[in-house]
Amino acid sequence: MIIQALNGVQLGLLLFLVASGLTLVFGILDFVNLAHGSLYMLGAFICASLTFLFGNFLWAVLVALPLTGAIGYLVERFVARPLYARDHLDHVLGTFGLILVLDTLTHLVWGPAGIAVPLPDWLEGQLTLSETLVIPTYRLLIIGAGLSAAVGLFWLVNYTRLGMLIRAGASNRTMVSALGIDIQTLFALVFALGAMLAGLAGMLIAPITEASIGMGNNIIITAFVVIIVGGIGSMKGAFIAAILIGLIDTMGRSFLDDLFKLAMSPEAAETSAPAVSAMLIYIIMALVLALRPQGLFPPRTR
Amino acid sequence: MRKFMTLALAASLMSTAAWAESVKIGFVTTLTTGAAVIGKDMQNAANLAVEHLGGKAGNLDLEVIFADDGFAPETGKQATDKLVKQDDVDFVTGYIWSHVLLASRKSALDAGKFLISANAGPSQIAGKLCDENFFSTSWQNDQTPMAMGEVLNRQGVKSLYVMAPNYAAGKDMVAGVERTFKGEIVGRDLTKWGADAQLDFSAELAKAKASNADGIFVFYPGAAGGAFIKQYDQAGLKDTLPLYSVFTVDGLSLPKLQAANFEAVLGSRTTQEWDPSLDNAANKKFVADFKAKHGTYPSFYAAQSYDAIMLIANAVAKVGNTEDKDALRAALKAADFQSVRGDFKFGTNNMPVQNFYLREVVADSDGTWTTQVVETVFEDHVDSYAADCKM
Repeated sequence: MIIQALNGVQLGLLLFLVASGLTLVFGILDFVNLAHGSLYMLGAFICASLTFLFGNFLWAVLVALPLTGAIGYLVERFVARPLYARDHLDHVLGTFGLILVLDTLTHLVWGPAGIAVPLPDWLEGQLTLSETLVIPTYRLLIIGAGLSAAVGLFWLVNYTRLGMLIRAGASNRTMVSALGIDIQTLFALVFALGAMLAGLAGMLIAPITEASIGMGNNIIITAFVVIIVGGIGSMKGAFIAAILIGLIDTMGRSFLDDLFKLAMSPEAAETSAPAVSAMLIYIIMALVLALRPQGLFPPRTR
Repeated sequence: MRKFMTLALAASLMSTAAWAESVKIGFVTTLTTGAAVIGKDMQNAANLAVEHLGGKAGNLDLEVIFADDGFAPETGKQATDKLVKQDDVDFVTGYIWSHVLLASRKSALDAGKFLISANAGPSQIAGKLCDENFFSTSWQNDQTPMAMGEVLNRQGVKSLYVMAPNYAAGKDMVAGVERTFKGEIVGRDLTKWGADAQLDFSAELAKAKASNADGIFVFYPGAAGGAFIKQYDQAGLKDTLPLYSVFTVDGLSLPKLQAANFEAVLGSRTTQEWDPSLDNAANKKFVADFKAKHGTYPSFYAAQSYDAIMLIANAVAKVGNTEDKDALRAALKAADFQSVRGDFKFGTNNMPVQNFYLREVVADSDGTWTTQVVETVFEDHVDSYAADCKM
């Protein structure tokens, strides 16, 4: 049970890394970025290649982070910026096109096979917390990295000048630029930051599932669920909703079939439980939309 | 890509001009998504078969048209429809996925085409849905895990945890191992599958560990296999929960696992109807030329695709045209071709009757990780659904 909770938290933190970038871009830039998942994928692939180049996973992450940020900056400059003035449907179409382009580009550069990422020996092991409580060291690292990224982000948004500008930009874009702030650079920075966070999530998951084409498209849907449940543009909402969704998904996968077996035949329970647990998060989203359409923790706006 | 498109276009134009003297084979496989790695391997093998045949089936020109199923039944059906109606192919083959084959089967068979599965072997199509125009160069899904169940009995495994993806083949695999395994199944997980398949198995592995089973049986084809092996390794289950897999450790996942140095997979055992080490002339030529061309060992997907093209070419060469369906059917059924698995024969339901081997992951003389036959588990095995087939 505790193991499953830790697994859920780990999944939730990865989701938060993706969703926080998404909610920043959506909440502040008012830009729907479907291609956010592609940045997650690119982060994983770049990190995988660098791991083989340097022979060390951690160095690869450190170098891959700014690279992913740079790619995010380029995407903002050449794809997102011309689309800001258009409506959301155009954003969706434009970034959906970008997904296809980036997926195919990845296919051309890295091939269809995907890359398995090796870890240093000290991360390969398991940590024995107690007799029954053994968890892979690497999963703990993900939890640690995710939490520190979350703390760093809270600090950045709430206690720095850049964070102040970001919040100000979210509330009233025109006023910020009227005060002499270069809003374009600010937006580009936010976009690059979002890309880095998504890339980090991709890098962290790569040693577990390996870097593969289309990996971003799976997580982006869940990330949208997270920001809808949490309240669009809200960092706190994204964090709580991500952990919540991560826990619900993991718990659903772990215990739903046992629960179903109480009510139906084992055969039916085993077939329907994975289907229902895959649906669970969407059921939650539908409930939130019905009862509290602004999300659980909507940002204060005036 | 563009060059390829132009070539494909040129090829299709040329073939319409010369349709009378050519035989067209539609090949449906996965060329996009993460599973494209399987499709690519099958494509390479099919092309190698055409090359070995000199581009000819007897006097007729051999043309293979590849189509992408996008890892989804609906896309696979569309691809089949297009091949059957627009390209007017004589044979449709390929098909990695059972659900794609089940969705596509009617399109091909209703149009009077021959359908030859090079991989998928859903129970339905071996039993109630069998058809005189359907043939397989692979197996029925249950057979390989049945062989594994037998191996588990021989090794004295008493309790087993089972994991597979939640789709047609996943359920067949589970049914297969449970049919022959005499011990107790202590837990069973069917995980989400498709283009957005679940690849993080932390919750399931924690459950498997808590079940205290003697071993874990898994079926994770393609990219999911590599992901599973890694997490199994990271969870440190190698000593407490030995891994018994089917279609998970193969010629596609091994190079990747070796590049990342996941040594946990060395020595792991898996059952299969074919192996690169099988000792026959056709197999030696196939494996050597495939390795020379693509630098890796062919996977079983590749071997079955190679056989599918060889089977078709042999039948067409015998009959001499593509119009005489009855003669073609008889020639296919006779299966007089040089299969990479040695002797090849069909059962009453047009599924192969063949041996199944236990294989072990080893490093070859060059240090490349591959598999090697340990023993023969089943000889001339007939699938369990043949009796349901009324033909």
